[in-house]
Amino acid sequence: MIEIEHVSRRFGTTLAVDDVSLTLERGTITAVVGTSGSGKSTLLRMINRLIEPSSGAIRIAGQDTASLSGEELRRGIGYVIQGHGLFPHWTVARNIATVPVLLKWEKARIDRRVSELLELLQLDATVYANKYPHQLSGGQQQRVGVARALAAEPAVLLMDEPFGALDPIIRSQAQADLLALQRRLGVTVVLVTHDMEEALHLAGHIAVMDGGKLLQFASPAELLARPKHGFVERLIGTSDRPFRLLSLRSVADAVEPGDAEGRPVPDTTTLHDALADLLWRQATSLPVMSADGAIRGRITMAAILARAGAPAVSSPPE
Amino acid sequence: MRILGYMARAGGLLLLAALVFMPRWFEPLLRPLTENGAPAIYNQGSLLDLTLAHLGLVAVASIASAILALTLGIFVTRPSGAEFLPLSRTIVNIGQVFPPVAVLAIAVPLVGFGTTPTLIALILYGLLPIFENTITGLREVNPTVIEAARGMGLSARQRFMDVELPLALPVILAGLRLSIVINMGTATIGSTVAAKGLGEVIIAGLQSSNTAFILQGGLIVALLAVLIYDAFGLLERAVARRAGTVDA
Ligand SMILES: Nc1ncnc2c1ncn2[C@@H]1O[C@H](COP(=O)(O)OP(=O)(O)OP(=O)(O)O)[C@@H](O)[C@H]1O
Ligand SMILES: [Mg+2]
Repeated sequence: MIEIEHVSRRFGTTLAVDDVSLTLERGTITAVVGTSGSGKSTLLRMINRLIEPSSGAIRIAGQDTASLSGEELRRGIGYVIQGHGLFPHWTVARNIATVPVLLKWEKARIDRRVSELLELLQLDATVYANKYPHQLSGGQQQRVGVARALAAEPAVLLMDEPFGALDPIIRSQAQADLLALQRRLGVTVVLVTHDMEEALHLAGHIAVMDGGKLLQFASPAELLARPKHGFVERLIGTSDRPFRLLSLRSVADAVEPGDAEGRPVPDTTTLHDALADLLWRQATSLPVMSADGAIRGRITMAAILARAGAPAVSSPPE
Repeated sequence: MRILGYMARAGGLLLLAALVFMPRWFEPLLRPLTENGAPAIYNQGSLLDLTLAHLGLVAVASIASAILALTLGIFVTRPSGAEFLPLSRTIVNIGQVFPPVAVLAIAVPLVGFGTTPTLIALILYGLLPIFENTITGLREVNPTVIEAARGMGLSARQRFMDVELPLALPVILAGLRLSIVINMGTATIGSTVAAKGLGEVIIAGLQSSNTAFILQGGLIVALLAVLIYDAFGLLERAVARRAGTVDA
């Protein structure tokens, strides 16, 4: 659990972060979104004290981060940045071993951990362990950056626009990989992103920042259903709202008994993709199959559309 | 292309060795350059001794220059030393702009004749390329990489020793190479204040209007400079390859 309490940071006369309080539950992904200069990176970098707060306190698992030295603290927290920042003069294996070496792990343990991580991130150790960063593709470099951040088994992973430099296809793969990895390791992730789509897709909670202030902190569904009037509403984009809402839920939520014609859709598909499928095939319903391939009912256009509207109780006007 | 490079290198080395160890071989070639039966081959001392003394002079001066310029360059690129950058730059620039001959003229009355004034002149003259390249090399290290190093929990010292310095090394070495090559030629003026070196051969030639001597001394100095320049180039490339800045 990360508790951020009344944290502010001033740079000269600009208040980069203005009295932000937030509690991030253990094992969740929290996205921090907002326009450029809204203080996202500053907030993130105060968690591992790359930037010291001007006021306020941050606790990780109950411990005040100010009670450790900055270096000690950072060795216990994973950190991934845009453009990966891999050490160009070190091999992939040495890069991944950075923090374990700082922590003076035994060599055998480090080697084991490096192979484990390479496998976890789907990089063949025999091919990549001794390559240099500049010999890898952008997507591979990004994965090595994540492996390096996870090397010493941190409980917290901070990511500052980690997928910003990737092309759309590699990026969605990297997002899927992160989700799977996070579920497997149970690490608490804080992800700064410009991309609302990415935040909605990955995060359990989204913190919206503007001008250093935390405007809203809510689950994706809540944020879409009841965005704070003004900036948050604009950030979400009202025209896409129904489709984004549908992206958050899977076919399993809307499956109903009955038969339908055509190629079945898996029940893990998002309602958004199912709608696209229905539209493309000009069908009003399609059979639904579960992971084991059994048909468990059908999905209808009507059932999807019924879930694309504003929730019955809307927020009171401000 | 590579073969040609190896052949040029081997040729240069052989020529240098012959000039230093077997000067007699060149007598027929140099004879036409002398007048009135003057000796064609330098006969006032061993060319090998003079070459070694010359190399020693340049080595000591370059090591001292490198230590000074590196320390200064590193200091002014740290946050605590940043305010000294303009001052240091001015001092180092004066060292380069002030002619070594003038430095000798000033130094001799203070420290006497011989090696010491020559070393002072060479050290001052060799600072600038190392100093500037140290600053450039350290500044050009990708800030994202330094940010990552900080984020991983490397201390300031670890960041410098493990990341910044190795990444800046190829550029620093390029500065050192330039400094050494410049001083290889400049060291010849040391002979005007009685520092032992290859300048003696050239000066002896000038005093007795013996072109053969001048050519001999000049050739050895030039070959030394070219070969050292080349060797350093190889070293730099090896270091850059290890720094991951060029492909293996
Ligand atoms: N080291 C610093 N010195 C001075 N001002 C800074 C510093 N770091 C950030 N700021 C200022 O603080 C404000 C917030 O910056 P921050 O980097 O946190 O924004 P951001 O939301 O991450 O923006 P972006 O999306 O562009 O990365 C900006 O006005 C920025 O200029
Ligand atoms: Mg930022």
